Amino acid sequence: MSVVLGGFFWFLAVVAVAAGIAVFRVDSMARATYALALSFVSVGVMLLLFNLEYIGVITILMMVMEMAIMAVFMIMFMGMNPALMPMSMVHSKRSSMILAGGGFVVLAGGALLVPWPARRGGPAADLTQSLGEAIMGSKMLVMLTVSPVLFATLVAALVLASPRGRYDRFGDDLRISPPRGPEQKDGRS
Amino acid sequence: MPDGVVQVGLLGPVVAAVLLGCVAFFAAALDGVFVARMGRRSVRSGVASPVWEVARLLRQRRRSVVAADSLLWRVGVSGLLVVALLKAVVVPLGSWVVADLSVGVVWFNAMDVMVWALVWMAGWGANSAFSLVGGYRFLGQALLYELPLMFALTAPVVAAGSLRVGDVVTAQEGLWFVVWMPVAFLVFCAGVIAFSVWGPFSPALGRDIGGGVLVELSGVDRLLLLAGRYALLSAGAGFAVALFLGGGSGPFAPPWVWTLVKTLAVLFVFVGVRRMFAVLRPDRLVEAAWVVVLPAVLLQVLFVSLVVVGR
Repeated sequence: MSVVLGGFFWFLAVVAVAAGIAVFRVDSMARATYALALSFVSVGVMLLLFNLEYIGVITILMMVMEMAIMAVFMIMFMGMNPALMPMSMVHSKRSSMILAGGGFVVLAGGALLVPWPARRGGPAADLTQSLGEAIMGSKMLVMLTVSPVLFATLVAALVLASPRGRYDRFGDDLRISPPRGPEQKDGRS
Repeated sequence: MPDGVVQVGLLGPVVAAVLLGCVAFFAAALDGVFVARMGRRSVRSGVASPVWEVARLLRQRRRSVVAADSLLWRVGVSGLLVVALLKAVVVPLGSWVVADLSVGVVWFNAMDVMVWALVWMAGWGANSAFSLVGGYRFLGQALLYELPLMFALTAPVVAAGSLRVGDVVTAQEGLWFVVWMPVAFLVFCAGVIAFSVWGPFSPALGRDIGGGVLVELSGVDRLLLLAGRYALLSAGAGFAVALFLGGGSGPFAPPWVWTLVKTLAVLFVFVGVRRMFAVLRPDRLVEAAWVVVLPAVLLQVLFVSLVVVGR
């Protein structure tokens, strides 16, 4: 890595950490959400510097999308919508400070104290593929089992949460045409 | 173009930006002409209308709102133009491209997801109810167009066996992808119109909510957002040409001329769509998008995959 790229890497690292800190320091849900997005985007660009193009761009894509969706949830699920007003981004300060500090000490200590192995061989030609195989290769069976279970859970949760499904709209035989419109306030459909 | 595309040097981004500006101006002038013709005014007044509008907005005082979230507001308003430029970076002009990324198609996709965040921020920042409603309408719309758009992008990628835009263009030498993946092409075009908050997909700027995201925008802020829309539409048209319409291939003229001609032709249709369709409500459209359009695109991808496997 040249000096310029190295400098850029450290710049991104600082932005990622600073934006991460900002998530807890700002007083608005919107700013916290997009500070987190900025942090992730910086990480995504850092991955691009590692020549992990696909993973880098996908990280940016997924995280920005998630944060945008978070803006939907923050209106849907926060009672009386304090999300739209200035508010503190932290709660249970004492215990979370202890947890965060402890977690940091454990992880940083581990990173410093673990004897890291020396590099054997050179980097693979296709880094994305070899990373995928390293992560997923021997665990493919688990992945194959877990994903339908996860998917079924999602669908089941949606079915349980949905106030009215297709039988409400199309009738018991699913034959009503045109389907009944959205439910009115007085209970008529 | 037998050799795919080559990256241009340092001057490339500047040329790309100027070119994108020109194409976006074409779109704005075209819209002006459509409006002028409907009002039985001269074509010339329509062509000139974006110039006067720019002059008017540059002179207009910038509106400030009590308790506005200026940071997110400014980012959202000015971001659309930036994102459109970042999209144009991977769109080849003939045999030149600013950056021929190995994951160019995913890059384009990532940039159009940026629009989700930016339009919402532009709606949020103004601290105005109607503006925020507009921002949320866009997110609702994003949920219905994004998945079909992603799968529409997948079809040419599967056929070319590469995420590199240059490879996708090269793979169309015999037959343009639009011929054997028309569903993906149409869905992609609808997606471009949708992420440009344009025509039938512009409820976020709806008149029924006083202009939605635009409601508190004036002066240079309004100019940036409106210009960003045209730029997004232009970059999307250029990408449609590269992905489905054979890029710069064509007889009698150099590739860059063909790319431009095709892009302007696609853009003509995009701009005209605004006058042909009413604005669609996201909550009504979502069912059609998920129940009809998404399976249709998936079938299209399946068809393309079978063709690729059988080849």
